[in-house]
Amino acid sequence: MSNVEERVKKIVAEQLGVKPEDMVNANDSSFVDDLGADSLDTVELVMALEEEFECEIPDDEAEKITTVQQAIDYVTKNAS
Amino acid sequence: MDEFFHPLTVTPSFSILFYLFFLRYITLSKRRVVITGLGAVTPLANTVAETWDGIVNGRSGISAIDSFDISPFASTFGGVIRNLDISQYISEKDAKRMDGFIHYGIAAGCQALDDSGLEITEANAERIGVAIGAGIGGVTGIEECYATYEKGGPRRISPFFVPGNIINMISGNLSIKYGLKGPNFAIVTACTTGTHNIGDALRIIQYGDADVMVAGGAERCTSSPTAMGGFASAKALSRRNDNPQAASRPWDRDRDGFVLSDGAGVVVLEELEHAKARGAKIYAEVIGYGMSGDAYHITSPAPGGEGAARCMRNAMRDAQLNPENIDYINAHGTSTPAGDVGETQAMKAALGEHAYKVAVSSTKSMLGHMLGAAGGIEAVLTVLSIKNQIAPPTINMENQDPQCDLDFVPNVARPMKIDIAMSNSFGFGGTNGTLIFKRYL
Repeated sequence: MSNVEERVKKIVAEQLGVKPEDMVNANDSSFVDDLGADSLDTVELVMALEEEFECEIPDDEAEKITTVQQAIDYVTKNAS
Repeated sequence: MDEFFHPLTVTPSFSILFYLFFLRYITLSKRRVVITGLGAVTPLANTVAETWDGIVNGRSGISAIDSFDISPFASTFGGVIRNLDISQYISEKDAKRMDGFIHYGIAAGCQALDDSGLEITEANAERIGVAIGAGIGGVTGIEECYATYEKGGPRRISPFFVPGNIINMISGNLSIKYGLKGPNFAIVTACTTGTHNIGDALRIIQYGDADVMVAGGAERCTSSPTAMGGFASAKALSRRNDNPQAASRPWDRDRDGFVLSDGAGVVVLEELEHAKARGAKIYAEVIGYGMSGDAYHITSPAPGGEGAARCMRNAMRDAQLNPENIDYINAHGTSTPAGDVGETQAMKAALGEHAYKVAVSSTKSMLGHMLGAAGGIEAVLTVLSIKNQIAPPTINMENQDPQCDLDFVPNVARPMKIDIAMSNSFGFGGTNGTLIFKRYL
């Protein structure tokens, strides 16, 4: 498991109040449908990712991040 | 036009109006309201039973403030909530998105509902409401969010900032947790908040808009530098930093201000027949509610306690009582030099000679001033005074102020007959509220 993946999962776990193991082998978990997030949760999740990876995720990009894997992919591609 | 206003055409509608008012009077007088559940989070303890034990044993819940660097402040102590395990009541995920005042209100609300034994079903959910307010609300959360904004700019402001700090979110969150679909609101009237929420909840049940209301108040200010500093600047707080537990000393000659405290007090109000039908335990009946405005000053009480006296009279009229019927008063009694004299004068004005025969105590001598929660917790304690037939003490009364010459139950709780008890709250802005409770046998 890459370092980015661990860090993303840690943040998702903290923000959504789920256990990291719930996301093992389930990177396609949807924040809303599988992990119980509402619209405010997803906004705050993106803010936490921005803080962790010291980047700014534009709103139109943030809307496309709906699963754990999409978050990992976005961070891998856009943050150092 | 002349014809339209002719007495013969007008009179019948007047009689219909009169008949309707009469019907309303009959309807109102039929709906009695009782207390069937209690909840408390206080500087003494995080349950009703332990808080009551502290109260009747005259223990102080006041301690040094340690949640931030209090050393530059004029007043360095308060009534702090310690060791509350909020995960007993809500998920940790939800909890971290709310200011502490909401935690306290939810905890007390859950306790009260649990205590009432009320089962919430699809059939009764729309007849059960919530009215729990706060005087100030999420001031600590506002400070923290502002610090985040200053450091990181607007993009760092949490989407939970607003719902995590506004005052009606105790009512909102409790309704969501339990599915309570009746009236849902939060009255904000400074130190009278708890009393007004309970009083208006009483009216809502009397009027027929609900059968059950969960009502009271909550507050958390001792964690907020600006709240501590603001009350200190207004010269409202005691500065007895060398002996915090002796600082709240209502009606004592050496009192020098109130002690800021946190917590929550919540009651379940229920229409009497509804409570009887489900075999609920009944603590007491709520028989009177009065309000008034001082129309005098933003923080000082009106001369002679005129507004407070009118408030007590309004409550006695609502309860259809004479002053002689009152056995015990849980006073506002904040331990401020002016407020304690004003309330003493007000009790004399409202009760006349009988004021000297009533047992009066200030539970703030032990809990400090819980602001928006004060009326809530004092309703809980007044109800328990009736239930247990014990008047709580006013502690720290060493030298009674000659200007405050009533029976303040000094230092030791008093077992006594209490059939009818009053609870007073008076707040900044000159906002007053009085509740009257009666023993239910």
